[in-house]
Amino acid sequence: MSEFIPKPARPAPATEIGVIGWARKNLFSSIPNAAITLLTVYVLWSVLVPFLSWAFVNADWVGSTRADCTSGGACWVFISVRFNLFMYGFYPEDSYWRPNLTFILLIGFLIWLSIPRIPFKKIGAILALTVYPVLAYVLLYGGFGLEVIPTHRWGGLMLTLVLALIGIVVAIPIGVILALGRRSEMPVVRMVCVIFIEFWRGVPLITILFMASVMLPLFFVGGTDADKLMRALIGIVMFQSAYMAEVVRGGLQALSKGQFEGADALGLSYWQKMFLVVLPQAMKIMIPGIVNTLISLFKDTSLIVIIGLLDILGMVGQALADPAWLGYPAEGYLFVAFTFWIFCFSMSRYSIYLENKLNTGHKR
Amino acid sequence: MKKIATLVGATVAIMATAGAHANTLETVKNRGAVQCGVSDGLPGFSATDSTGRWQGIDADVCRAVAAAVFGDAEKVNFVSLTATERFTALQSGEIDILSRNTTWTLTRDASLGLNFTGVNYYDGQGFLVSKDLGVDSAKELDGASVCIQSGTTTELNLADYFRLNGMSYEPVLYDTSDQTVGGFEAGRCDVLTSDQSQLYALRIQLSDPDSAVVLPEVISKEPLGPVVRQGDDAWFNVVKWSLYAMINAEEMGITTANAEEMKSSNDPSIQRFLGVSGNMGELLGVSNDWAFNISKQVGNYGEVFERTVGTGSPLNIARGLNALWTDGGLQYAPPVR
Repeated sequence: MSEFIPKPARPAPATEIGVIGWARKNLFSSIPNAAITLLTVYVLWSVLVPFLSWAFVNADWVGSTRADCTSGGACWVFISVRFNLFMYGFYPEDSYWRPNLTFILLIGFLIWLSIPRIPFKKIGAILALTVYPVLAYVLLYGGFGLEVIPTHRWGGLMLTLVLALIGIVVAIPIGVILALGRRSEMPVVRMVCVIFIEFWRGVPLITILFMASVMLPLFFVGGTDADKLMRALIGIVMFQSAYMAEVVRGGLQALSKGQFEGADALGLSYWQKMFLVVLPQAMKIMIPGIVNTLISLFKDTSLIVIIGLLDILGMVGQALADPAWLGYPAEGYLFVAFTFWIFCFSMSRYSIYLENKLNTGHKR
Repeated sequence: MKKIATLVGATVAIMATAGAHANTLETVKNRGAVQCGVSDGLPGFSATDSTGRWQGIDADVCRAVAAAVFGDAEKVNFVSLTATERFTALQSGEIDILSRNTTWTLTRDASLGLNFTGVNYYDGQGFLVSKDLGVDSAKELDGASVCIQSGTTTELNLADYFRLNGMSYEPVLYDTSDQTVGGFEAGRCDVLTSDQSQLYALRIQLSDPDSAVVLPEVISKEPLGPVVRQGDDAWFNVVKWSLYAMINAEEMGITTANAEEMKSSNDPSIQRFLGVSGNMGELLGVSNDWAFNISKQVGNYGEVFERTVGTGSPLNIARGLNALWTDGGLQYAPPVR
């Protein structure tokens, strides 16, 4: 009697595994799906190929004048000769180290505060919220022996970042206070907060900027007018904190009543209840909402073009009017879009990372 | 809406005159720089070059004023302004001169508390046509389709012109200048209309600029000039005469290159102009070599024109109405004496 020797398993049919199997399952599982796949491939092909050959293959990368753009593709020379202008605006060239240092310090603080392994978080946070703003102000604007660079010389990406960062950092605490005020049981506080929020939320940002730039100076006739950038910043912070307040309120309302009652039952005071029990949980729920508002603020900053402050979009728009470089709007706007995308995408990734890190399994 | 606009205009005018900065010249001298409001980007008029320096015929007017006041044409702070906020910026004292291709009209002159100091560019609405059309004059455009950048004056002027000449047309409206050029290039229309100075800038953006021509007809008057606040005649005079000095310099043949040697000219009017004799500058409240500084550092009107919008620039605009009165144009300056 021969021993039973099981035959080795035969490999799965080629149509079920590997690339072919995957394609069969996901791309060509039925006739309509196959048709959609082919159509998509065709559309991608007819859009991507000309774009890639325009943007990369046929593009001109090096040079210093319009005459260097000969190949008929994208003229990235337009960007490279003006790169510094797009980054710093009219900031004097020999002082570029000042915004650079400010930015490097900012990145340093962000790394310190956002990567869990680095210790002394408390000291970092205190330094970032007290010393850094003063330092950044002195570095960017001047004083204490540094040459004063008036804000009308600021521009480009640097201005975008200044607006967005100040808007974000100042609006969050104001927003939290407004949200708590709106849910407060004291009628006067509640009314003030509701009116503030509803007023600023009911007006488009463009209108606020116009008011700040066009109407405000008329009330200060006589020369005591505040700086234009300062006026725009106040407008942005007011607008942003109203939105932030609503995001925070959303987070507060998502918490179950039991948390509030539990804290009360423990005999905690109002502020203890808020800071020890409610806000830590609410903040976690609010992360996507907050980041969403931040990203939209970052993009909204380019609206300041309408009051003549030249952020990165404004600088590009302005460069397009240089008679020596007329006719490269596509390159300019693509560059701006790419820059904005880098910042917005990183913010969005960091928010996902934070959500995962703080996920304690209470997902609903 | 119109009532509100008038009301706002009147309020603004009252506030501006009430709070007008009594002595702008003094303020400017103390500050050490002229605050100059320019357009946030208009080819040939004000735009930054790749080193970040403001170039253009409007920017150079401010440089001329700085040269007159400080003897240094670089003592200018440029402030970029949008069309909506330009007058407020001037009224509130944020800027000292508005040099931002602003059309001189009665309404603006009379109701905004402002004064136009002269005309540094005579513009007007014109037509750009493809050479293939074989048209030499706007009078032959009966039945044409016309690309227009939306903006009511342009549209109204166009309608008036065609009605006046008993012709019909078909409007094709666009929002931005890029789109207008795109439409024209794609053949959506036979003719593109805009201010002439803009037509030349739009023409460069065509893939083959030589395939299109700007027709000689101008169908509207758009005199562009620098503006100052009303009620400060000393400053008004300085700005007005800085512009006139550029035009006079061209008439006398004084250029950046020969300003130094012209000082030894024995023509009394040139001597007076360059401050070798007389006290013309003192009368204006600036130094006597004010016109010399303008000619030397900024150049005469013709040089500035050619450098920024004329043959020396990619725009390649002909002098036309902006030629000196002696050459059949409209640029005419009262004598310095």
